[in-house]
Amino acid sequence: MNSTLSLKNISKVYQDINSEILAIKDFSYNFKKGEFISIVGPSGCGKSTLLSIISGLEAPTSGSVYIDNQDITGKITNIGYMLQKDYLLEWRNILQNVCFGLEIKNMLNEKTKNYAINLLKTYGLGEFIDKYPAQLSGGMKQRVALIRTLATNPDILLLDEAFSALDYQTRLSVTNDVYQIIKNENITAIMVTHDIPESISMSDKIIVLTQRPAVIKSVHDIKFNIKNRTPLSCREDPNFSKYFDTIWRELN
Amino acid sequence: MDNNISEDRKKYLAKRKKQKIAIIITQITILVGFIVIWELLARFNIIDGFLTSQPSRVLNTIMDLSSNNLLMHLFVTCFETVIGFLLGTIAGTIIACILWWSPFCCKVAEPYLVILNSLPKVALGPIIIVWVGAGMPAIITMALAISLIVTILEMLNGFLRTDKNKIKMAETFNATKLQIFTKIVFPSNISTLINALKVNIGLSLVGVISGEFLVSKAGLGYLIVYGGQVFKFDLVMTSVIILALMAWAMYKCVVLLEKGILKFIMHNS
Repeated sequence: MNSTLSLKNISKVYQDINSEILAIKDFSYNFKKGEFISIVGPSGCGKSTLLSIISGLEAPTSGSVYIDNQDITGKITNIGYMLQKDYLLEWRNILQNVCFGLEIKNMLNEKTKNYAINLLKTYGLGEFIDKYPAQLSGGMKQRVALIRTLATNPDILLLDEAFSALDYQTRLSVTNDVYQIIKNENITAIMVTHDIPESISMSDKIIVLTQRPAVIKSVHDIKFNIKNRTPLSCREDPNFSKYFDTIWRELN
Repeated sequence: MDNNISEDRKKYLAKRKKQKIAIIITQITILVGFIVIWELLARFNIIDGFLTSQPSRVLNTIMDLSSNNLLMHLFVTCFETVIGFLLGTIAGTIIACILWWSPFCCKVAEPYLVILNSLPKVALGPIIIVWVGAGMPAIITMALAISLIVTILEMLNGFLRTDKNKIKMAETFNATKLQIFTKIVFPSNISTLINALKVNIGLSLVGVISGEFLVSKAGLGYLIVYGGQVFKFDLVMTSVIILALMAWAMYKCVVLLEKGILKFIMHNS
């Protein structure tokens, strides 16, 4: 369930009828197992492109992606991807939605189904198994979307502005829940966000990118002296605003 | 009855019920009034009952089923419409699926579809008769021609408007194109399909009646043309009224079908 991910000299050029855009330039980084890493940067700098390349949805123009030293460039492997919204299918009930990924990957059987049901139960959604998405709140739906991804047992989890569609209150509690789930399941997570406090509250490391073409500007270790750190508890830590100031300055 | 319902709520519900009843009563009154006035005007020779027919004569014509073979004509029109409807809907949906699958074909077909869509299909009538032969095949082809292009455009638009992010979500699980189609694109467009069904039942009827005007030896369209030519306006009026009832019944069948489809999808997705 846990692998090292490394990017080597990734560049991405987009072609369209009017011009050619260099989105990412020579990006290299090694992601450690079990770490939660956030990528922040000015909007339109190519953060989401980076996730698409890691996931295999898009191929880089040059460079390679490795998991455990195996070249997976441009291939969709066992990487979980959480999008801005839940994108649950409204004609399927919660259990059927959670089993969607398993179904697509032809992995749906008694064992994996029970695993999915257990995940739902563990994370407080057991009683909603046969409800439909329209009957759930936004925060619950986002948790269902996470479980849909976790049910396929991903090596690495990518979060692309995964909480930006939620209102502030829900966002705080959902980030807390999602953080717990990710840490409990001990998954390597890479999150793209424009929300600095959110990235500080969840991450072990923050990578700051420059304007397009995106290269790494700086990497920050985020450490708090809190036992059983949660996104909510570290927001109260005095170091929190210090990190905020540093990263804020880096971005401007 | 129920102590939990407040006085205001009771009043509100009573008001709504009253309004509903008032609407139904007015609707019935208009219909009955129309029939009565029509009958009286014709009976007192204020209008010419020979040209306008009158409700009692219509009733007589209906009673006189055997001599006019009304039931047979009704069945013929109904049969042609249903076949045209099914062919148009099924073929149109299949073609839309193919065009969704191949963006190249879709782009190539676009101008042709737009032109064919704006062409009044009735203008093809004489050509169709020459090509498929007079009679039922020509009429069904006419119904098909009218509903086919609309179905293709409707369904294709629906397919292309499917939420891109839902497709992306499926792609993150490495879904194949077939899986994306069967599990995301098609289910997302059930309501589009149902709308196409509702539009097509009406369009097929237009195709069938105009086809029957041109070539047929049976059907309600034939009865209307024949009645007009031999000045049997009772027959024309009766056919038109029966046609209206038939169109209404067919629409209701599609609505029933819609409920069935939705139920099926909710339980078998």
